[in-house]
Amino acid sequence: MDKIIKIENLHFTYPGDEIPTLCGIDLEIERGSFVAVLGHNGSGKSTLAKLLNAILLPSDGKVTVSGIDTADKERTLELRRTVGLVFQNPDNQIVANLVEDDVAFAPENLGVEPEEIRRRVDDALKTVGMYEYRMHAPHLLSGGQKQRVAIAGILAMQPDCIVLDEPTAMLDPIGRREVVSTVSRLCREKGITVLLITHHMSECVDADRLIVLSEGKVVADGVPSDVFADADLLWSEGLSVPATTKLLYELNKSGINVPLTAIKTDDCATAVVNALNLVK
Amino acid sequence: MLKDVTLGQYFPGDTAAHRLDPRTKLVGVLIFIIALFSAVNWISYGIMLAVTIACIAISKISIKTITKGLKPLVVIIILTGLLNLFYTQGDVLISFWVITITKQGLKRALFMTSRIILLICGTFLLTYTTSPVALTSGLERLLKPLSKIKVPVHEMSMMMSMALRFIPTLIEETDKIMSAQKARGADFETGSLAQRAKALLPLLVPLFVSSFRRADELAVAMESRCYHGGSGRTAMKRLKMGSIDYLAFTLGFIMMFGVIALAYFGL
Ligand SMILES: Nc1ncnc2c1ncn2[C@@H]1O[C@H](COP(=O)(O)OP(=O)(O)OP(=O)(O)O)[C@@H](O)[C@H]1O
Ligand SMILES: [Mg+2]
Repeated sequence: MDKIIKIENLHFTYPGDEIPTLCGIDLEIERGSFVAVLGHNGSGKSTLAKLLNAILLPSDGKVTVSGIDTADKERTLELRRTVGLVFQNPDNQIVANLVEDDVAFAPENLGVEPEEIRRRVDDALKTVGMYEYRMHAPHLLSGGQKQRVAIAGILAMQPDCIVLDEPTAMLDPIGRREVVSTVSRLCREKGITVLLITHHMSECVDADRLIVLSEGKVVADGVPSDVFADADLLWSEGLSVPATTKLLYELNKSGINVPLTAIKTDDCATAVVNALNLVK
Repeated sequence: MLKDVTLGQYFPGDTAAHRLDPRTKLVGVLIFIIALFSAVNWISYGIMLAVTIACIAISKISIKTITKGLKPLVVIIILTGLLNLFYTQGDVLISFWVITITKQGLKRALFMTSRIILLICGTFLLTYTTSPVALTSGLERLLKPLSKIKVPVHEMSMMMSMALRFIPTLIEETDKIMSAQKARGADFETGSLAQRAKALLPLLVPLFVSSFRRADELAVAMESRCYHGGSGRTAMKRLKMGSIDYLAFTLGFIMMFGVIALAYFGL
């Protein structure tokens, strides 16, 4: 299948730092897939995100998105239109005092015609379910709503890929659910490639693929159920596992045979019921 | 307490005052200020007052909002009034101890204070009825000729719009830090002026630090959204002058020349 992101032997060191932040990352991400990225604090997740749209440039190696080399200065604008970044703090990425003006910011920068901008803004706001709030002041919205406005602001560029850097870290559970369901809908319905960087294990369960970063290296990469099945590795990386994995793991340890890969709540319940029936 | 600050705030609405082109309003305020500083007698001040009241009425901004905006400046207004009242030479009206009040002083104090109040009302009406984005794009268009002589007009107006955007955020944050410090026993309300100023220090330091972090994140977010300066930028909301704008201009110029004429002929 078509690979939208290609990362080859990527190394990155912040200027003035001794220790490299990223050392030797090789990744290929398929177009239209939903990929979650996990890693403890300081493992280099945000750095990786910023390398994808040329906010940072590789110290060594190569990053290509939709065939555009991020080091190609001539095509930086085209690259940034293709891959949109959503950040953790919604307050620091909203640029206007009116929701619709904020969403219009990126297409205005790209020099899109006014009528077309209007259309894109309305479309984007409808997609994230914030159309009724278009005339509101962003600072009066809830965290989840602000973050959805930020996503709409990216959608208005009509990107192929959206990278979200811990978009739910500052939100309550309701806001978190709003954002994650919006993002996964974008992926499933619009075919937009999603790279979700997160600290919440539950948000990784629905992903097509899970990548675990540690000390600037990829330490695990695969289908979430397989990655989580290796709970020892995640624990040794200072990460937790979903509650379902933990339960299955403990059951296994006490001699009840259940598959560790049943990480979705329904699957886990079924697995446990089956196991209990067997025991009886 | 800080939530009351209305400086630079925008109150969305759909009145004629809101619908005016931002350029009309900006030039209108300029005309208003010129007229205000040309006013020298009772009739011209009466006209200015009537115009201000009419504008407030049209914009449907509540009197309470206006007075709230005036509140932080009360000290300056009173001080100006008193200085003019006591330090103007002329025909003595009242005189006791070291204080003398003259007829001219009284008149001047009244004129000066009304001038300041009307000036504040006029400029506040501009920000109350114009969204910051409209305001800055209006300003940018008006000042565009200056970019020919290398004045960074776009950058300046972008900075202004970001400043206006972050006023509510920073106020919210100040409130939060204040509450946090109060909970740990900080006292911002009592003590001498020096003591209170000192109590503000632990408030300013975190605010300062976080502003820099915000600025950094904002810059990255703007770049990620393809911001690359003013070249090749378009605007979703195109500025358009309508009949209502021409009407406003006509009325504004009549007011200005009327007031100047009144001063010139010494009526
Ligand atoms: N602007 C910078 N200059 C120098 N070093 C930096 C800079 N930003 C991050 N670092 C360092 O790079 C390392 C990786 O940081 P990064 O922000 O990518 O981690 P992260 O995985 O996103 O962590 P978190 O979960 O806390 O967001 C850290 O050790 C950090 O101190
Ligand atoms: Mg990070």
